Amino acid sequence: MAELTFREAVAAGIAQEMERDPTVYFIGEDVAAAGGVFKATVGLLDRFGPERVRDTPISEQAIVGAAMGAAMTGLRPVVEIMFSDFLATCWDMVANQVAKTRYMTDGQVSLPLVIRTANGGGSRFGAQHSQSLENWAMAVPGLKVVAPSTPADAKGLLAAAIRDPDPVLFFEQKSLYGIKGEVPDLEHVDRLGKAEVRRDGKDCTIVALAAMVPRALAAATELDGLGIRATVVDVRCLVPLDTKTILGEVKKTGRLFTVEENPRLCGWGAEIVSIVADECFDDLDGPIIRITTPHVPLPAAQAMEDEAMPTVARIVDTIKGAMR
Amino acid sequence: MIAPRKGEARIDEKTRLRLYQLMVELRDFEQRAYDLFVENLIRGTSHLALGQEAIAAGYAVAMRKDDYTFCTYRGHGHTLARGASMAAAMGELLGRANGMLHGKGGSMHLTDVTHGAMGSYAIVGAHMPIAAGAAWSAQARKSGQVAVCFFGDGTTNIGTFHEALNLAVVWKLPVVFVCENNHYMEYTPIRSVTAVEHPAADRASAYGLEPILVDGNDADVMYETAIHTIGRARSGDGPSLVEALTYRHGGHSRGDPATYRPKEEVREWMTRDPIQRYRERLASLGIDDGALRKIDEEAQRKVDLATDEARNAPPARIEDIESQVWSDGGSAWRN
Repeated sequence: MAELTFREAVAAGIAQEMERDPTVYFIGEDVAAAGGVFKATVGLLDRFGPERVRDTPISEQAIVGAAMGAAMTGLRPVVEIMFSDFLATCWDMVANQVAKTRYMTDGQVSLPLVIRTANGGGSRFGAQHSQSLENWAMAVPGLKVVAPSTPADAKGLLAAAIRDPDPVLFFEQKSLYGIKGEVPDLEHVDRLGKAEVRRDGKDCTIVALAAMVPRALAAATELDGLGIRATVVDVRCLVPLDTKTILGEVKKTGRLFTVEENPRLCGWGAEIVSIVADECFDDLDGPIIRITTPHVPLPAAQAMEDEAMPTVARIVDTIKGAMR
Repeated sequence: MIAPRKGEARIDEKTRLRLYQLMVELRDFEQRAYDLFVENLIRGTSHLALGQEAIAAGYAVAMRKDDYTFCTYRGHGHTLARGASMAAAMGELLGRANGMLHGKGGSMHLTDVTHGAMGSYAIVGAHMPIAAGAAWSAQARKSGQVAVCFFGDGTTNIGTFHEALNLAVVWKLPVVFVCENNHYMEYTPIRSVTAVEHPAADRASAYGLEPILVDGNDADVMYETAIHTIGRARSGDGPSLVEALTYRHGGHSRGDPATYRPKEEVREWMTRDPIQRYRERLASLGIDDGALRKIDEEAQRKVDLATDEARNAPPARIEDIESQVWSDGGSAWRN
């Protein structure tokens, strides 16, 4: 075990897989010589050379398209889309081409590729560099969707994504890049589609993703002081979704709260609420409540952005109010 | 503009007969597809390449077996030209279980990876970066393969055209981009919506490429252009951008009678039909008419057999609706 930052863990995950598999290539804007605008790929160019670690022009359609063409012909490309907001400029590639081609050809084509992208708010960048877009990806059949919350998961889930035979969108919440955590030194490969229970409590279940996980954990600690014991589930992977773990924890506590960074409508939590309502309605002791960003583009100013995203205080207040 | 010369003497008779045979097969297949539409046996839409056969044939005959073809929704001909099964193509058009994609793709997505037909792409321009990616893979694997990407004139005004060309040149990728300029983006004349006269060739210099403007209705010219551009890609000299001038016999898609095209223009282009012209050239080169008639008859028989096989096949299987989203063969998104 070594203590790494989240960004170092991302680089370690890519390096581990490039070392192991010569068909893994990595491309993106400013990712090679500059080591990425978030410095999450520092050292890869030196270690693996310019054939396998390449800077691209600002051409998101060409980046994702090239990855697709390479993936269908024997490579295992990893690409970076600098900000998840820029997925909008290549959404045809992601949603129409990468996601659908296996199905439309009835399995003639396999697309083992990973699209890594910096996602989410908290950096005062304004509405076009701060969106939390996991739910866009989740709405398209044919894409796997991962969003880790810890450095260890960043390495292990990224390795699993690279080894996965299908296309994976890997969302790295940019406010997490600087956090530190223990990461296994040796080969570390996690499993897609498995949620983690980060904390056990008997009174309610909080389900959170990526940067909302540490906030949910902080809220749970505060709730302890109020006599409310909360379980926190880190979803980690939206597709495939570990409904077994989520349903199991909801059954134990009888209450469910989701904490979502995305704007209100059609957030991933809505799907979880629907599944819980369908499959364990009789286990519920009260209404299910979603804690989200309001349905607005994310504002830039510190005071506004901080208040718009779910805060620890809002999570505590909401749960306290609902559990009275 | 630099166009390869017509060096008739350099193309042998066997190759010429193969070019003729392919063009006739593609023509007969598309004509049959049209007839089946009229019978309402083919639903949805379809984009026929009647009149554009010389481009598909010229390139397919020049390609190595393991080279990659990427084409558009007007892709029946390009897919068949690589050797894909005609019965499977017809079955896909008819929505039958014997279809090339077992009913999941339809007319606009014909794909046969085993023959290097890497897909027909229905969003204009999307396949240009994808073809560049296949070329990148070939370059990385040092396989010597070349990717050939066919697209229409309308594609030259969408962003992927420019992104793909730039990347292909910067990375010196073994890819050939072939613009089939049939003069209409869909219903609108390409010249009325494009800043330059030749939508692809006039843009070549912006990417440091030689402008190549050729007669897309001449199978010999297309074959020679293919040999030249594929050879250049294979030897590591990077991509080419070709503009081949051609003309659709019919409309953009099913249900388009193409009344927007001046009658005089249509008449003029019909005199340059690639198959009729090639037949006359072969005759003038002394090739026996009987040999050509035999090719005509065999093509017709092949299309008849494919049609019968498809018509007799059961409908696409509803059990397959939820299969092959993922590599494990299924579509599970939760446990």
